[in-house]
Amino acid sequence: MTTETLTTAPPTSTGTPKSAGPAGQGGRRVRSAALTVFTWIVALVFFMPVLWMVLSSFKQEADAASSPPKFFFVPTLDQYAAILGSGAGGYFLNSAIATLVSTLIVLLLAIPAAYAVSIRPVQKTQDVLFFFISTRMLPVVAVIVPIYVVAGRLRVLDNVWTLIFLYTAMNLPLAVWMMRSFFQEVPKEVLEAAQMDGASLMTTMRTILLPMVAPGVASTALLCVIFAWNEFFFALNLTAVNAATVPVMLVSTMTSEGLFLARLSAASVLASLPVVIAGWIAQKQLVRGLSMGAIK
Amino acid sequence: MRIPTHPSAHPPEARAPRPRGRALAALAAVGALVLTGCGSADASEEEIVVAIVANPQMQDAISLEEKFEAEHPDVNVRFVSLPENEARAKITASVATGGGEFDVVMISNYETPTWAENGWIENLQPYIDRTEGYDDADFISSIRSALSYEGDMHSVPFYGESSFLVYNKELFDKAGVTMPEKPSWTQVQQLAAKLDDPANDVSGICLRGLAGWGEVMAPLTTVMNTYGGGWFDQDWNPTLTSPETTRAVNDYVSLVQEHGQAGPATSGYGDCITLYSQGQTAMWYDATAMVSTIEDPSSSTVAGKNGYVPAPTMDTEAAGWLYSWSLAIPSTSEHKDAAWDFVSWMTDKDYIKLVGNEIGWERIPPGSRYSTYEIPEYREISQAYAEPTLTAMNNATQENTMTHPVPYEGIQFVAIPEFQDLGTRVGQQISAAIAGQITVEEALQQSQAYAEDVAAVYQRENRE
Repeated sequence: MTTETLTTAPPTSTGTPKSAGPAGQGGRRVRSAALTVFTWIVALVFFMPVLWMVLSSFKQEADAASSPPKFFFVPTLDQYAAILGSGAGGYFLNSAIATLVSTLIVLLLAIPAAYAVSIRPVQKTQDVLFFFISTRMLPVVAVIVPIYVVAGRLRVLDNVWTLIFLYTAMNLPLAVWMMRSFFQEVPKEVLEAAQMDGASLMTTMRTILLPMVAPGVASTALLCVIFAWNEFFFALNLTAVNAATVPVMLVSTMTSEGLFLARLSAASVLASLPVVIAGWIAQKQLVRGLSMGAIK
Repeated sequence: MRIPTHPSAHPPEARAPRPRGRALAALAAVGALVLTGCGSADASEEEIVVAIVANPQMQDAISLEEKFEAEHPDVNVRFVSLPENEARAKITASVATGGGEFDVVMISNYETPTWAENGWIENLQPYIDRTEGYDDADFISSIRSALSYEGDMHSVPFYGESSFLVYNKELFDKAGVTMPEKPSWTQVQQLAAKLDDPANDVSGICLRGLAGWGEVMAPLTTVMNTYGGGWFDQDWNPTLTSPETTRAVNDYVSLVQEHGQAGPATSGYGDCITLYSQGQTAMWYDATAMVSTIEDPSSSTVAGKNGYVPAPTMDTEAAGWLYSWSLAIPSTSEHKDAAWDFVSWMTDKDYIKLVGNEIGWERIPPGSRYSTYEIPEYREISQAYAEPTLTAMNNATQENTMTHPVPYEGIQFVAIPEFQDLGTRVGQQISAAIAGQITVEEALQQSQAYAEDVAAVYQRENRE
């Protein structure tokens, strides 16, 4: 189908060598080369801060702060050793627990909710959906004081379960909206066929629906993981020593008196790795998931 | 979209047990970790949580904490270390709302009197009096009085600082100029013009321009003071548009615009420390605490090449500010005795010697005790800056640095709760003037309006 469309497209779009003269061909090549160069420049501009972060993480503080910047230096693992030797494990464990548990709970709640609002909508479904998304409209800073006071009274400050609860609440609306759009793409006939064969709701869900929207679940989960892993504001304000997460560790490497760029860079590289690895593993599913559903 | 071609060929029920078993095991493991508190303290130990600002001297304290635990095996210390702004916000929120997460907090002479008055922090005088050998008379007197409320110390200094002017002797020799012993701002302007060398990427001076009450407004307020201006007069009338203040701000802004570092409106202490320690600015007026970085050969290319003179003046004897990072115990702490054990260890004479012997004499927390300046090893390495620091700290009183009396505590800040907000908003105006977005007069007009709102409350209190 796609191939047919391409072959029947107008000659100008596919390019017929005989119809275009050498000048036109040369012009196209120049345009194409310019576009390639431009694309590389844009890509490098976006990649430069990441590259600089990685390079700085292998420098001594004085080299990282030098001006003009040093591209050639004696690499060192001192900064990584300092980060890993200063109890980074606890921060990573807290982040992993808060991220994974909250994402799991989000998926457990969002999938049935999204199923309900997409496959079996009722009269007020639109209102419900709007309510979900409206919880994201208030800036977090506007509610931090009441949340802090309530958490203090309940004696759940500096507790990883407080973060799990808040991250679940934070990601749930997003997950419901995303999963809804994935469910909406499931052909009704497939569900009807399952019903005809006598499949129960749970069986339909497990064996038909979820495998069909698996890429969507993967991309939703990855987004929830990224948001929870990178969340800083709640973690900074509601944790101290027992539940502090990786973003809090990052900021604790900064100082207002003295040099810290190399150490911060090393901490940032370590903090980015889990999300980069998760994204790399879920790459295939993610691309499929993001090209279907809401973020099309 | 993928539709399973043979769903029945791999019945889910047949595969379910193993993944479910693994998932349950993983969940149980995670749950166990969470429930056990991820490595919480031994039941026999008393755990105290210390919230401190992540400056180099505090990080040294964290690295030496094992020594404290060796002396106090029954106390387990855990640190929350954050940059100044985050630490200040977090500590204030916790102490003001009775959050109770911390047993020891690092605050400054800005917070101490107000928090003591509010009853948020413990009166440390009884603890000091009953601790043998903890010589509180040894604290530098200006710092001691800044951390006291109704005569009693409510926080004890970890280190103290004033401000002075540092200059790069090599660059001065190269330019053939000399630094006066007690420079005025007019002389500093002339020197900066001669030393400014854009061709070699060297600026005449580095001055803070970053918005914030603890950034640009700290050095600028000392300049305003020595020019005879300031924030408020004795009757709480704002004086931000007075001729003296206007002249001070105009001079500061034009100096940093014409002979200062690149991007002055976004430069703070951290930027200046980097520029100065890399030899890219000839002078720098800032906190005396700078010495621990710029005299450290591992992070500075100008170590050993610096001269120090008092804060430049105009119409006053001295102009340096007074600031101290100190330790306090929140009233909500449930481990006050253990907290005091730690506080007294970290602010004792012996701690300073411990840092000197274990880490290096250039890294000791300076400016808290007179005895520090009598330690031979420290005197030897700090010849260039010990005396200027101590002199600056001793002179840092309102009487020496201002031309007229004021109704508040503080030199480079106004010790009222509203000042964090007011100082930051005024700092934004000054920063905009440094960036050239508005004129100094416009910035001061707007700042005066902000200050009038704040002053109204205090003027009303005065009348009542």
